[in-house]
Order: sequence, then structure tokens, then C-alpha cells
Amino acid sequence: MLVLLALPPLVIALGQPFYLDLVRRIMILAIAAVSLNLILGYGGLVSFGHAAYLGIGAYAVGILGFYGVTNGWIQWAVAITASALVALAIGAVSIRTSGIYFIMITLAFTQMLYYLGISIAEFGGDDGMRLNAKSQFAGLVDLNDPVAFYYVVLLLMLLAVFLTYKIVKSRFGMVLRATKSNEARSRAIGFSPYPYRLAAFVIAGAMCGLAGALYANHTNYITPGLMSWQQSGDIMFMVILGGMASTAGPVLGAFALLLVEDLLSGWTQHWQVILGPLLILSVIFFRRGLAGVLYKPDA
Amino acid sequence: MLEVKGLTKTFGALRATDAVDLEVQEGETLAVIGPNGAGKTTLISQLAGNLRPDAGRIRFAGEDITSLSAPQRSRKGLARSFQITSVYPEFSALDNVALAVQAHAGHSFRFWREARSDPALIEPARRMLDDVGLSERTNVLAANLAHGEQRQLEVAMALATRPRLLLLDEPMAGMGIEESQRMIAFLATLKRRQTIVLVEHDMDAVFRLADRIAVLVYGRVIATDSPEKIKMNEEVRRAYLGEDA
Repeated sequence: MLVLLALPPLVIALGQPFYLDLVRRIMILAIAAVSLNLILGYGGLVSFGHAAYLGIGAYAVGILGFYGVTNGWIQWAVAITASALVALAIGAVSIRTSGIYFIMITLAFTQMLYYLGISIAEFGGDDGMRLNAKSQFAGLVDLNDPVAFYYVVLLLMLLAVFLTYKIVKSRFGMVLRATKSNEARSRAIGFSPYPYRLAAFVIAGAMCGLAGALYANHTNYITPGLMSWQQSGDIMFMVILGGMASTAGPVLGAFALLLVEDLLSGWTQHWQVILGPLLILSVIFFRRGLAGVLYKPDA
Repeated sequence: MLEVKGLTKTFGALRATDAVDLEVQEGETLAVIGPNGAGKTTLISQLAGNLRPDAGRIRFAGEDITSLSAPQRSRKGLARSFQITSVYPEFSALDNVALAVQAHAGHSFRFWREARSDPALIEPARRMLDDVGLSERTNVLAANLAHGEQRQLEVAMALATRPRLLLLDEPMAGMGIEESQRMIAFLATLKRRQTIVLVEHDMDAVFRLADRIAVLVYGRVIATDSPEKIKMNEEVRRAYLGEDA
């Protein structure tokens, strides 16, 4: 954490602002991973469509900007609300299923959104859309300043981890984890899993929507690719690599995955050939994820 | 308290529950016995709401609960234990019971306060663990408890929901003699205070605990009577107690 706090002055002193950009991107995706972990790690809901909310958050900012609404508060509030509503709709249907059906339904919904993004020519279609101006927080913070933006992202990432930490330890979190641990037992003692799972699904969607809004500001460019199944897979991988059922694990996973990816891609064009087996090995040897190597996560 | 009429459940050609009528009075312990495959667990599962009957009605505390789900029945005061141990293995014994307390302490859409430091959940849970004799094991993960202790934990969880009717599906299954004796002694302390439907193989336990016994054979109740009369009943002896008449 101290490293993250001290990074901006350091890289600027070293004349390597590229790393600021890289770490900012990693932290944004880490927020997405933290949000997925709430339902995947603690709720046992293997959502293979979490990138949908990244896309909705990003498009909310892009589309509002397109119509001249650049107020950041409004943009981000819309990004979060829209993501929550879509999560409510997708969750309401998919949480009635379980196992492989749940995975496939969440994937299918996200593919629908992906093709929707491709087909709407007004917002760039396949090519994506440019963000004319970053979200405006007049007087408070200027996201055009890379260091300020970096700290905003860092703060929000820490907030996401803290919120998740509080939630999973609350009564709500205990029910969520209990239904993952043993659904039949939960029903027998009087918990109906559905409303709790759905609520968690919506919270995770909203949090990921915020990551999407940040991502749009980060790249200044929004493409449907943000909602692709590869992106969903990446987020899921960060969670698994970092360690499910530990609140900070997904952050470690995001850093590990994206730093290795960056390292390998600088080294060879065929980096994916190396990354794939590395990921498989990491899953085999770190059963509880990277977080499990550092400390022992509880249930 | 509980009234079952014409309950029927078939799996293909098998009539697992065949027009079963049962009545359980407040405060009594009704044992359901029968040979393997007689449909005892199927019956319990229908009472608890895990299985939907094909026909028949279940009334509980004056209310028809036939169409209610398992969680709804639990909240009405019906608790069950499972024949095959069913606890939360990754949680401590205390967490397991605290969750059962929580399930009956209003809704759980509470996102902020830490559940594990909430005395409203932890204190009743501790007391319940004391009652079943697990007070030394509160912080042990349920997965690391001995088999007999897990069974005790299950009973503690069921009791923690403060049920009006407790359904116990072979609570002594897989226990050693000493553990069984302890469990029987504990269940004996519940008598009168707690209405119980007990499915059990162990005849010693059944005759010590039951006020009345229902004998289930091929899904049918062939007799319901006091333990003394059941012991004497010709049909029961032929069908179940394994004696030639």
C-alpha cells in the first residue's frame, strides 16, 4: 500500500510516467475484480459476465459526455445506477439457475450487451467512441492531472476493498457465505438464498459500474470490447489468482496478472503462449490464491 | 401440533410414501421406525419442505403448510436435522449456531455491523453449544469436529432456531456407543419441553425416548401406538422386529 501511495512522486522523479498509467489501469480493474469477488468468492456465484458492468459504466460516461453532460457526479451516479439496474435484471433471471446454467446465462446476457454495443452506430458501433472530455469535478479534482487521477483511483480501490470487507463480515455477508457453504442447510435453518444472492449481485454490479466509469476516463475511449467474454474471463482470473474469499486477494490478482502480462508482452509478441501455462501452474500450486500464500483467509 | 393426512409421494413405480396419516401432539416425542427403504427420510423431507408431496396435506399449528418452502416452514417453527451430517464445514461451531440464531432474528439485510461481535447472535449460540455439550469446541471449524460432535452441532443448530417442532433424522447415525448414549441422554432432557419427531434405527434409543411410535413399512404406516403396545404388535414384529410369528 505504501508503495502505491509513494509511486507517483517516484515515477515522475524517474521520468517514467508510463508506469503511473499502467498501475492506474491495474487498480481500476482491481475494483472490478474486488466486486466480482463478492459474488464469486463469497457467494459462490460464478458469473462469467462481469465485464458487462464495466461496459455499462464506461458507456454511461461516454454517452452522457456525447450529449454534453460532463458533470462527473452525474456521470458516475448514472454509471453506478445503470449498472445496478442491469445487474438486478440479469440477476433476477440468472440466480434462479445454478451451476453451469448460471455461468452460461450470465455469459449470454453479457454477449447480448456486447453485440448491442457493436450494433449502435451512433455510439461508434464496433469502433467504439471517443470520450470528448473527462468527467468534471469542478474545484475538487481534475482528472486530467494524471497524478490526481491516480490518487482518486487508489482511494476508490481502497474504499471498494473496505466496503467489501465490511459487507462480508456483516449479517448479510454471513448469509451469503453460508448459502455458498451449504445451501440445503441454509434453507433448513430458514434462509431463502435468492434475495440475498440477488442483492449481492446488484452491489457487485454497481461497484463494477464505477470501475467502468473510471476506465472510460482512463482510456478516453470506449469500445464494446470492454464487455467481451475475454474481459469477463480476465476479471475472473484476477479473482481466482489472487484468492477467492479474501477481500484484498483480487487486488493482488489484478496486479500479478496485469504486471506479468505487461512484462511478457514487452518481451515477446507471443506472450499469451507463456501466460497461459503460468496461469494454470499458479492455480495448481496456489490453491487459495496469492492471498493464501501471505495469510490464511477464513471461510 | 402437526397433522398429516393422506401424504403420498412416488418415485416412478415406487410408492415411497403411501397415504400416510400422522398426528403429533404438543410436547410429545413421536418416533418413526421402519426397515431400510421404508421411506422414513422421504417422509421427514416432505414434512420439512425439502420434497413436495404428490398428494395429501400437512397442517402445522393449525395452518396448512403443504405449499410452503423449507425456509418458510423453518421460520414457522419447524426445524430438521439431516441423516447425513449437514453443517457449514468452513465455519466454526459457534458460527454455525450463530447463523441459525440469525436466521430467526429478522431479515439479514444488514450490511455494516460485524455479525461475529453481535451479542444478540453470539450469546444464544454459546448457550446452545453449552446445552449440547460443545462448549469446549466453540472455535473449532465444523469440518474438524469429530463425527459425533458434528451431529451434536446439528441438533444445536436446529434448536437455535427455537422450533416448535423438531424433526430429527437419525441423530445417532454413525455414532459410537458412548456418543449415542450422550445424545440419548441429551434428547431425554428435551422431552416435554420440546415436541419431537424422531426417525431412528437404534431401538434402544427409540424405546427410551418415544411417547408413541409409528411404524413405517413400504411407505405405509402399519401401526401407531405406545412403545409397549408396539412391542407386542404381531404385524410389527413380523414386518420389522424380525421375528416369525
